[in-house]
Amino acid sequence: MTLGEAEMSLRPDVAVPDPESLFEQPGSVWRIAARRFFQRKVGIAGLILVCFMILVAIFAPLIAPYDPYQNFIGVEGAERWAPPCINAFGCEGPQHIFGLDGNVRDFFSRVVYAARVSLPLGFTTVLITIVIGTVIGAIAGYAGGWSDNVLMRIMDVVLGFPSLILAIAIVFVLGPGLRNTLLAIAIVTIPQYARVMRASVLSVKEVDYVWASRALGASPWKVLVTRVVPNALTPLVVLGTLGIATVILEAAALGFLGLGAVPPTPEWGSMLAAERDRIFTAPHLMIFPGLAIMITVLGFNLMGDGLRDALDPTLNK
Amino acid sequence: MIGYILRRLLIAIPVLIGVLLVVFLLVRLVPGDPCTALLGERATPEACERFNEVNGLNEPLYVQLGIYFGNVLSGDFGESIRFSRPVSDIIIERLPVTLELAIAALSIAVIVGIPLGIMAARRHNTTADVAAMAFANVGVSMPIFWLGLLLAYLFAVVLLGTPLALPPSGSLSPGTRPLPFYEVWGWQISEEGFGATVAEFISNMTVTNAFISFQWEIFWDAVQHMILPAITLATIPMAIIARMTRSSLLDVLGRDYIRTARAKGAVERRVVRRHALRNAMLPVVTIIGLQLGLLLGGAVLTETVFGLAGVGTALFEAINARDFPIIQGFTVVIAATYVIVNLLVDISYGYLDPRVRLE
Repeated sequence: MTLGEAEMSLRPDVAVPDPESLFEQPGSVWRIAARRFFQRKVGIAGLILVCFMILVAIFAPLIAPYDPYQNFIGVEGAERWAPPCINAFGCEGPQHIFGLDGNVRDFFSRVVYAARVSLPLGFTTVLITIVIGTVIGAIAGYAGGWSDNVLMRIMDVVLGFPSLILAIAIVFVLGPGLRNTLLAIAIVTIPQYARVMRASVLSVKEVDYVWASRALGASPWKVLVTRVVPNALTPLVVLGTLGIATVILEAAALGFLGLGAVPPTPEWGSMLAAERDRIFTAPHLMIFPGLAIMITVLGFNLMGDGLRDALDPTLNK
Repeated sequence: MIGYILRRLLIAIPVLIGVLLVVFLLVRLVPGDPCTALLGERATPEACERFNEVNGLNEPLYVQLGIYFGNVLSGDFGESIRFSRPVSDIIIERLPVTLELAIAALSIAVIVGIPLGIMAARRHNTTADVAAMAFANVGVSMPIFWLGLLLAYLFAVVLLGTPLALPPSGSLSPGTRPLPFYEVWGWQISEEGFGATVAEFISNMTVTNAFISFQWEIFWDAVQHMILPAITLATIPMAIIARMTRSSLLDVLGRDYIRTARAKGAVERRVVRRHALRNAMLPVVTIIGLQLGLLLGGAVLTETVFGLAGVGTALFEAINARDFPIIQGFTVVIAATYVIVNLLVDISYGYLDPRVRLE
């Protein structure tokens, strides 16, 4: 009996660890995080919503009964702004479960296809922001000195604007359209990522394994790329997941202001803008695109919360 | 403390200069010149030449920049190309509307959000907690322009004819002409001067003006017009404040000094109010300060939905009309407000938590 075991056996309130568990593989950080993520309902709920929207986007051609651009002008029973007509509920005309929009197009098909615009937009924008934010934050945090100062002051200037105002100004300069929406939102959100990355790098760069790597003679770049950045990325995963929600909301806002996707592209924000004057006569055209935005954003928000809880080492049980 | 304030000020100044520079460059980068935008596609070259001359658009860029900095520092933002009026006049007209809306929204967010968060934390893991957090999660996930449209539909169409019906647009009923408070008070206001500007500014805050000049019918009308936009704009900050209050209070309630307080026999209400809340409010104050950017951005959308003549709609209209001086002036004012409020939040944080000053 070792000293430790003897001590434990003297204290009945301290559980002696099950000897079997000592032989289990400890598992990587990510495996532990995944296990913790799936223990909490919030994250799972978010994941389900996100997967649902991704499936909708992938299988849009199978889900949507019509082409989102096809109009039913002149088709019998099809009227502009017609309310939803569902056969199962006793409606007898041609079935349009979300009704028809101002250009006599099947609204359900358009809402479904719009997922193919917003989701990829969210993913690409966040991917670009993470890459650029990581580079800026890592250089600032690792190099320190004047490069840190210059980079962070530039980031401060961008953060000096309310983000939507700056995004509006940038899209206005570049012209409307999805690519410019992406650029504008990326520019206004990069500073957040750069700041988080910088803070993360600052805390990681003094850790023992980084010193060990340096002591073994690795070049500063090698240390930065192979040791510091991979270990500093964790907070960006959470920020990125929540960031997709922000991007989708801001893109919808720009679309609503007429600065985002150009008609006839189906996009939730601009669909709301196109029909907003009809709110008092055809409210169904308001409800569905907004609901789609809300479900998507809610999904990413919940998933981000779940990831944060799973990756936060201070919550270790 | 003074050293801390000075340090914060020194950080804010380069940011403000950078912001001015970015606005100046962005406005110059816009494709298409203001001349054809304003005088029309068929404007003669001579007309354009004269137009550029009058508006100082012929000078080299660095000269324009120098003039611009000098003017901004003296509060002169030039003259609107579209309205032929000084931009500062338009700011005095529009900014109060947005300011009043933002203050109303932030008040609602704080008054509802903090108690909601406290309630959720005290009943941790009960149905009430889960419901409050579900509400908060949905709140942060809604596009605010959509929420505005839904509220407008609910209160102006569905509830039409009931006492709950509310007007969906404008800041006063058509035909309402409120008197400026200074006229009601019998003040003689001179045309120029700082006092006159301030008086004009306040009189443009519809609700405040009607209240301080006792025009109760107009006050009630203005309040009714304010309710929907204010709730719309308040929803996201409210949700964020509620979540922050909850998690911060939960964190504090688990601390040793709370156990001490309970152990010495303090009643739960006193433990929460005296011991926990004071310590839990720090992060909440920060998060309230951070909402300002959201409020200013959200104001553009809210004002568009509810047809309010505030800063947001002015900026948006100016962008569509390529009214450079207005775009420039309003963006500068919005960004400057933002930087200054963030500065005040930083300073108040240093005041509330002495540890911050030592960083």
